[in-house]
Amino acid sequence: MEIRITLPLTQEKLRALKAGDSCLLNGVMYTGRDAAHKRLFELIKEGKELPVDIKDSTFYFVGPTPKKQGEAIGSAGPTTSYRMDAYSPALIALGQTGMIGKGTRSESVIEAMKTYGAVYFGAIGGCGALLSKCIKKCEVVAYEDLGTEAIHRLEVEDFPVVVVIDSQGNNLYKTGRETYLKSVMEDK
Amino acid sequence: MREISAEKITEVIKRLCIEANCILPQDMKSCIEKSLEAEPFPTAQGILRKIIENYNIAENEHKPVCQDTGAACVFLEIGQDVHINGNLQDAINEGVRQGYRDGFLRKSIVKDPLNRVNTNDNTPAMIYYDIVEGEKIRITLAPKGFGSENMSRIKMLKPSDGVDGVIDFVVEAVEKAGSNPCPPIVVGVGIGGTFDKCALLAKKALLREADSENPDPYYAELEKTLLDKINALGIGPQGFGGKTTALAVNIETFPTHIAGLPVAVNINCHVTRHVTEVI
Repeated sequence: MEIRITLPLTQEKLRALKAGDSCLLNGVMYTGRDAAHKRLFELIKEGKELPVDIKDSTFYFVGPTPKKQGEAIGSAGPTTSYRMDAYSPALIALGQTGMIGKGTRSESVIEAMKTYGAVYFGAIGGCGALLSKCIKKCEVVAYEDLGTEAIHRLEVEDFPVVVVIDSQGNNLYKTGRETYLKSVMEDK
Repeated sequence: MREISAEKITEVIKRLCIEANCILPQDMKSCIEKSLEAEPFPTAQGILRKIIENYNIAENEHKPVCQDTGAACVFLEIGQDVHINGNLQDAINEGVRQGYRDGFLRKSIVKDPLNRVNTNDNTPAMIYYDIVEGEKIRITLAPKGFGSENMSRIKMLKPSDGVDGVIDFVVEAVEKAGSNPCPPIVVGVGIGGTFDKCALLAKKALLREADSENPDPYYAELEKTLLDKINALGIGPQGFGGKTTALAVNIETFPTHIAGLPVAVNINCHVTRHVTEVI
């Protein structure tokens, strides 16, 4: 059964989520990948103001394809998240509560998620055409010069994700594999 | 001597860039469909169904299957009796430029690996030339995503490591990659040659149909052994658990030095794109 969530993702909402939960996200999220994260991180280090409000924000690690006429966005599936690991703890400390990507996260990211309260969601990698259907509006809000890597503000409807790492540090990449392997052993 | 114009090559490359990115090849579709039939884990079945839904949407709406429309890897087998009128390299890059612009594909190439400014037209292409007999040119376009490329590995094994060393290294590469390369994956394995030749063998292995087997029965068997071992890892589609970690293992080999046993593993995702045209 899917859990419908309205963004922004507050502490109250995220504390209820557990690794393995299927969710449908609704509302506003921001895109950001390697280059944008590097810029945000540099601003944080210098103590400068950021171009978007980080408090309770959800970031989707994605670099979409260009849109055709009549489309809100081109194909838009997740990129691999570990490349943002160097930057995520600083954003989480500033109040970022949601991240959407695919693949593993570092211990320091998970520790920050537990300390400050944040959730890491997985979207299906390689399903950019399908996921783009749930994105209703897309506009650049910062770093336009970065092209696909610019920060975009997205409005999404029933955007499908799975909780991969919850705010207690439970990790679906570990438990999912274990559950499957156990089921195979039981069949033997 | 047959003459082929540079303009003709540009036109073909442009078309192949768009086709490769929007239409998943039949060999991949049949591998994914077959893996769904064999997948016992419900979570994994659900993801495989979404993957099928995604490539159908992409094909019907002529959208890229994946937003990472890749580095444009172009493989040319050029007949030695062909003369190309014009600059071949420029013609290929112009085809990529036009294809990525007119096909609404993502521009993912930075001009310098450290100073990282996007070239904004997805050039230059990664071009590989082979000179062969005849008076034709065989062009294969294989856009390569980097989520999976980043999980690739190479190791210079010792001859004494033998086939067991090869198996251990390939399986370890896939296990370490885990959920990062968007499993289910296709595993391209190069064995032999030199350090660089071995890596190219692994990449060329990804061009072979995923539902085909190595023509040498020994290596066909090794492909099967590796696939079984990989699919016993339990990583599953997206790393959420399941049988279907890999859809195929393709091995390419080449003679090597008496002192060496190079092995390269080039990983690709379930969007393993390749399209070929002969002109």
